[in-house]
Amino acid sequence: MTTDFGILSYGGYLPRRRLQRKSIAAANTWFNPALRGLAKGERAMANWDEDAVTMAVEAARDCLSGMAGVAPAQLMLASTTHPYDDRQNAGIVATALHLGSALRALDVTGSQRAGSSALMTALATNANVLVTAGEHRLAKAASPQEMHYGDGAAALLVGRGAPIARLVAAHSETVDFVHQYRGRDRAHDYAWEERWIRDEGYMKIVPAALAVLFKASGVSPETVTQFCLPCTLPRVATGVAKRAGIAESALRDNLAAVCGDTGAAHPLLMLAHALEESKPGDRILVAAFGQGCDALLFEVTDAVHRLPARRGVKGALARRKEETNYERFLAFNDHIALDRGMRAEVDQGTPLSTLYRNRDMVTGLVGGRCRNCGTLQFPRGRYCVNPKCNALDSQDAHPFSEVGAKVMSYTADVLTYSPDPPAYYGMIQFDGGGRMMADFADVDDGKVEVGMPMRMMFRVKENDATRGFVRYFWKAAPAENQ
Amino acid sequence: MASGIRDKVVILGMGCSKFGERWDRNAEDLMVEAFEEGLKDAGIERNQIEAAWFGTAIEEQHVGKSGVPLAMTLRLPYIPVTRVENYCATGTEAFRGAVYAVASGAVDIALALGVEKLKDTGYGGLPQRGRGGLNNFFWANISAPGAFAQLAAAYRAKHRVDAKDLKRAMAHISVKSHDNGAKNPKAHLRNRITEEDVLNAPMIADPLGLYDCCGVSDGSACAIVTTPDIARGLGKEDLVAVKALQLAVSNGQEVQYDEWDGSYFATTRVAAKRAYREAGIDDPRKRISIFDVHDCFSVTELVTMEDLGISEEGKAIKDVLDGFYDASGKIPCQIDGGLKCFGHPIGASGLRMLYEMYLQLSGRAGERQRPEPVLGMTHNLGGFPSQNVSSVTIVGSYGA
Repeated sequence: MTTDFGILSYGGYLPRRRLQRKSIAAANTWFNPALRGLAKGERAMANWDEDAVTMAVEAARDCLSGMAGVAPAQLMLASTTHPYDDRQNAGIVATALHLGSALRALDVTGSQRAGSSALMTALATNANVLVTAGEHRLAKAASPQEMHYGDGAAALLVGRGAPIARLVAAHSETVDFVHQYRGRDRAHDYAWEERWIRDEGYMKIVPAALAVLFKASGVSPETVTQFCLPCTLPRVATGVAKRAGIAESALRDNLAAVCGDTGAAHPLLMLAHALEESKPGDRILVAAFGQGCDALLFEVTDAVHRLPARRGVKGALARRKEETNYERFLAFNDHIALDRGMRAEVDQGTPLSTLYRNRDMVTGLVGGRCRNCGTLQFPRGRYCVNPKCNALDSQDAHPFSEVGAKVMSYTADVLTYSPDPPAYYGMIQFDGGGRMMADFADVDDGKVEVGMPMRMMFRVKENDATRGFVRYFWKAAPAENQ
Repeated sequence: MASGIRDKVVILGMGCSKFGERWDRNAEDLMVEAFEEGLKDAGIERNQIEAAWFGTAIEEQHVGKSGVPLAMTLRLPYIPVTRVENYCATGTEAFRGAVYAVASGAVDIALALGVEKLKDTGYGGLPQRGRGGLNNFFWANISAPGAFAQLAAAYRAKHRVDAKDLKRAMAHISVKSHDNGAKNPKAHLRNRITEEDVLNAPMIADPLGLYDCCGVSDGSACAIVTTPDIARGLGKEDLVAVKALQLAVSNGQEVQYDEWDGSYFATTRVAAKRAYREAGIDDPRKRISIFDVHDCFSVTELVTMEDLGISEEGKAIKDVLDGFYDASGKIPCQIDGGLKCFGHPIGASGLRMLYEMYLQLSGRAGERQRPEPVLGMTHNLGGFPSQNVSSVTIVGSYGA
């Protein structure tokens, strides 16, 4: 309890579009009338250029804001929707975040508990560990999952320093209770009856895990002030709380109404949300369900008030754009055979050796700063671009990803192939120097102006469908939409 | 100190195919069409050509790489053939190669031929293609109209121009080119349009609508060049001579260095200054009789007027709306219809522009003929405003 080790900071990210559940229902109740009962609220919907990796990067950036003094020695990326089965997904996140190569990185997957188990593992080290979790969840059209799921990410920085929350106790139960599963090479989850999941799953496995936790720690359940239990089934959270002896007032909003269940990321998202609304002395309990249960009990410290400001989960929730176009959702998730046109057929290739040589530039948005004249530039050429300088090999690495920018020129392009036309792009001028022609992300139609402030975001540049390779790069998004 | 190209080389003959959607013709057929006209105009035999430059930009759509397609198609007698590509300045590059070869004294007679067969893609607009290994990883998802459309945003911001005023000037540019194209039997688009047509056309890349964009065409054009002495020896009179050949290529300053504001072509300004110096022109607005600029998009033409120093900076809108550049205006621009309506088979375009200047200066432009032109200028712009190749060529009456 007196250790200086614990959670140092948190971050959250949700894609800006929020698909209205009534739009899903309007399209699908002809087939599945039961969806009508679920047609309330909205769910976070990944843009076409967002996946578990890009969203984890954004959550991690949020988490690391103001934490420059802490260098993560380990990075975990938890997800059941990693874009790659074989290519370390966490390694992409690490390069985008400039964490350096002296890093222990790990992809954690295989269950809805991937995020909570990663956090638990991180808390069992004595190292600085950045735990990220992101999900881009697919569900069949007209399924209840399509209603319940949401896309999003969360990140927690664990380490030595001045923790905002310390781990009091943790316990895991592993039970091969298959409430849903997704077999190899299957795109979608297969789920069993909700009543069975509730009665035999949540109501038995979670209270059992919590009982062990409380007994081992000597903490009384009624002292828990915030209880995070990701579950979209009705009456489960209150039932579990009652059975475990936790006050009903401690139950946290599961965010089902405003973002949906973000899978392996959700326990961490709910924890981050709880942390940003907590006060010193609060006891936060997180219980994650899925072939067992992870239970983590934290106590919030005075340092929570000194945490540098961040977007957080509240900011992510507020960064919102209502989406009523269900067909767009289907298209983004490749659920309809859209005629993408011949322009979409162009094969740009994916030369891996080229990517590797330029990984800092492409994945990290690293340009140069000339030692001779101070000019900032992207990309980093062998000769400085300043015509009065042109010095050879004079540039130090200069990352632009955290630098603000302003629109210098722009267009909305209907001709070029884009999964979400029109394609917005333009020249941006970085604050303090440097510029580039950049794709724009999360732009509102007709709302771009010269001089508009922008913020860089890590996104999918292109999906190389021929080779199954996702190419990432940075795009400029309106800063006011952050 | 170099003496420049002025009056060292003259045009012996030129040819230009009909531009358009030539569904029934291969690139090779178009090359022959232009070459037959040029050869007859020059009054020589093919075996008198000692070297050739061949311009194609998107060769993967038609003839493929190298100088071989030109030599094989025209049955050139084992002479040097150089294939050149420099974005939309490709045709002018071919011309530059041929002119420099003659000027150097290496050969007496040289051929420049450009061709492009763009209408075999299966869709409208320019062929979509990759940008090369590393570029594909980080270049924005940019199309030609999207690149040039940004000029409008930056120009408006810089000169505080209302979007509607700018759009109206752009519309005037397109209406004027359609009027001109209607009078040109070789032009791709020969229909007249109204300002309302332009303003109401579907958007391509904001603020460029369909009628702000030039045609995508099949076509070929060629020039045969020699020295003034040889031309006179072949019985030619009223020689059309090369006065200036300038090219400026972006070095990354626009797109990477914090100076350029996105509202103009840095390259064109440099190339124009050098061209006027090479041609001995101090006041282009007074001296240039007629010109064709690279009107790939209406807004390109508008800002180019300023970059070439014909309109003052920020004043092109006024000149355009005043009719300064109309066929009946002070200095007609795109009197042949321009890229907008004559069409834009990339590798041929620079030579097509020269073809019109050559016809005008020779008094052979028919219905489009202007009274006694002395100096004609052509301009090409390839790539994007932020990184491009710009050429400025001036031709005129020999000795003028």
